[in-house]
Amino acid sequence: MSNETKEAGTSRRGFLKGAAAAGAAVGAAGAARAEGDPLITEVQEWASGLGEGVDATPYGMPIEFEGDVVRRNVEWLTADQISSINFTPLHALDGTITPQGCAFERHHSGAITLKKEDYRLMINGLVDTPLVFTYEDLERFPRSQQTFFLECAANTGMEWAGSQLNGAQYTHGMIHNMEYTGVSLRTLLEEAGLDAAGDLKDKWVYVEGADASSNGRSIPMEKALDDCMVAFKANGEALRMEHGYPVRLVVPGWEGNMWVKWLRRIEVMDKPVESREETSKYTDTLEDGTSRKWTWAMDAKSVVTSPSPQMPIKHGKGPLVITGLAWSGNGAITAVDVSLDGGVTWQEARLAEPGKKMALTRFYLDINWDGSEMFLQSRAMDETGYVQPTKAQLRDVRGLNSIYHNNCIQTWHVNAKGEANNVEVS
Amino acid sequence: MSKFPKSLMAASVAALTAAPAMAEKLGLGRTATDAEVAAWDLDVFPDGSNLPDGKGDVWTGEEVFADACAVCHGEFAEGAGNWPKLAGGADTLDHEDPLKTVGSYWPYLSTTFDYVRRSMPFGAAGTLSDDDVYAIVAYILYSNDLVDDDFVLSKETFADVVLPNAEGFIVDDRAEMEYGKFTNRCMSDCKPGAVEITTTVVFPGDPNSGFDATPISQAVMGTAGAATEAAAPATEAPSEEAPATKAPVEEAAAPAAALDGELVAKGEKVFKKCKACHKVGDKAKNGTGPMLNGVFGRAAATVDGFKYSKPMKAAAEGGLVWDEAELSGYLANPRKYMKGTKMSFAGLKKDKDIAAILEFLKSHSQ
Repeated sequence: MSNETKEAGTSRRGFLKGAAAAGAAVGAAGAARAEGDPLITEVQEWASGLGEGVDATPYGMPIEFEGDVVRRNVEWLTADQISSINFTPLHALDGTITPQGCAFERHHSGAITLKKEDYRLMINGLVDTPLVFTYEDLERFPRSQQTFFLECAANTGMEWAGSQLNGAQYTHGMIHNMEYTGVSLRTLLEEAGLDAAGDLKDKWVYVEGADASSNGRSIPMEKALDDCMVAFKANGEALRMEHGYPVRLVVPGWEGNMWVKWLRRIEVMDKPVESREETSKYTDTLEDGTSRKWTWAMDAKSVVTSPSPQMPIKHGKGPLVITGLAWSGNGAITAVDVSLDGGVTWQEARLAEPGKKMALTRFYLDINWDGSEMFLQSRAMDETGYVQPTKAQLRDVRGLNSIYHNNCIQTWHVNAKGEANNVEVS
Repeated sequence: MSKFPKSLMAASVAALTAAPAMAEKLGLGRTATDAEVAAWDLDVFPDGSNLPDGKGDVWTGEEVFADACAVCHGEFAEGAGNWPKLAGGADTLDHEDPLKTVGSYWPYLSTTFDYVRRSMPFGAAGTLSDDDVYAIVAYILYSNDLVDDDFVLSKETFADVVLPNAEGFIVDDRAEMEYGKFTNRCMSDCKPGAVEITTTVVFPGDPNSGFDATPISQAVMGTAGAATEAAAPATEAPSEEAPATKAPVEEAAAPAAALDGELVAKGEKVFKKCKACHKVGDKAKNGTGPMLNGVFGRAAATVDGFKYSKPMKAAAEGGLVWDEAELSGYLANPRKYMKGTKMSFAGLKKDKDIAAILEFLKSHSQ
């Protein structure tokens, strides 16, 4: 493999040289012809007539040509479509913020319709005064705002035993990244008063939702007082119904199941509940049959979103943007490396912005593709010094029966035609 | 060991710098009443604390289970379709593809009680009496050979039951077992020899566009994990589609009769048993079962996009129309009425329930 990477994209000259070399392979669209491109030489309808007026769509939707950039599910993965999952179209997005309308959904008993007027949040248990808040009450507390990723513990879970689904959307799409506005959980707990809890070190909070599943989880007090947030806005607007309107919990860096939607109760306790979602599910069974529980933090992980099976290279040889996402539940991403040869050699990718704690980081590697096959991989490093492992490294520790918390390096095999497939390599 | 990774502690200080500083309490909200706390604070702990009064025996449990749970979990808690199996799997946790059930995997009985009481049945959560919950949990224990058939579960006997996998869990040890190993950022000559494909994708097509459902490698699929707890690897081709053509509806089978409002209301309650799989009303879509708008008087197997079983398709070709007699027969005992039907429902034992549900379905068929 001999893809040049040093010049292309990093200087204008290098970029142009690469483009010229690849020129013949580039398709006819946009290429100059003797008589000129009619899109330029002829007056087009849109350049002459009138477009839509304001208010044609009071709440705007993506233009029709982007209609396939949507959440998708894989019907046979779950018993029905209510207690189910779908996937964010990571392959077609860029930047780091996930628009709410295409951010993946996971419900345990469906997305419920809960009005702000009908919303109540109770804090009880080992508190000085058990309290009930209305939605309006929550809006009167001092607010904070921060961007965090939410990753389902089962993201990439299907890939544990082998390459299963063909696309970054399906292998890595149980994740989204939004800018949340809300009230810190600490503020609400302090409003109820924690003197009654005594020493906070070994205390817990139990959080549950208002939907039929109630999806309760126990969270150690240390985390609850640290950075958890009771959020009511995402990306500047109200949460969507499918993400817990009007109020959800934000538990930065920890598995998505703990981010209880339609949050209705917070109980301060001296021991964990050991609920269904923290014992029978979201636990990792090891080779000897014992299982890990309380595997809350989502370890550093990354994936190349393009090229990928749903985003083949269509332009042939020449300048190629390789891009993807990296994240860590243990802090900020410090670097991302990309390999074109299945992990023999690596080169550091460019981070679009410095990594933010527990938020998605976008990376780019601009290469001059020579048209030879590639085994594309990415590898994330976070501020703790952790280096994203291979699937083999994880299997060495955990065996073959795990499902959740799979943060292995992903491989896309890109052939000479630019088509990509999900594979495992030696 | 500490439950909290050191890195997280370090990270937290910076994360809080932009947060507003709280000085005094703001006096917002109001005191929760005892009745309100009692209504919502239902969680039960492994030691049995916070259990309600009540009791239930295995035989009562079998009846309630058949009525409320078997449609998804099977008559013997063995599971139906892709729905969770609740029994079996003993001593499989260290095998390939362990079967994780209440008996084989769940560490605490409190979890089962808590979950059944608050979140089940699917589509009618919170409708079971505490005695029924005790009975269902007793039956699940019996199905797992963990108690005898004369067992009565109550607040008092709860602590006597220790589930087989109670000691099977360890607290997250990734910090010790993994983090020290995953620190090598090798940049060149990181692998000996040439890189080769060892496993290629099982489902090569996009699952949503002309999905090629033929697995390339069955061997890999056989050991595949699943996306969510309810999920299991696919065993049937997902691309099979029901014929899109609608058979003509025989007019005589669908008379626009006056409805008995009271019976419709009763039928709506009975329909809770069906709701997990079947939808009716505005925006009703196919789920595990076909949507049922207009089912009364409709030719069988004609809902667009639903994958009917072979026997159902055969019956439809034979001219089956869902009139009162046929629906009554089907609902009374689905598997007896149609061998091989996909509908894993035990059936409605009471004639009056059948009459009520037919009236309810009629109300969605006019």
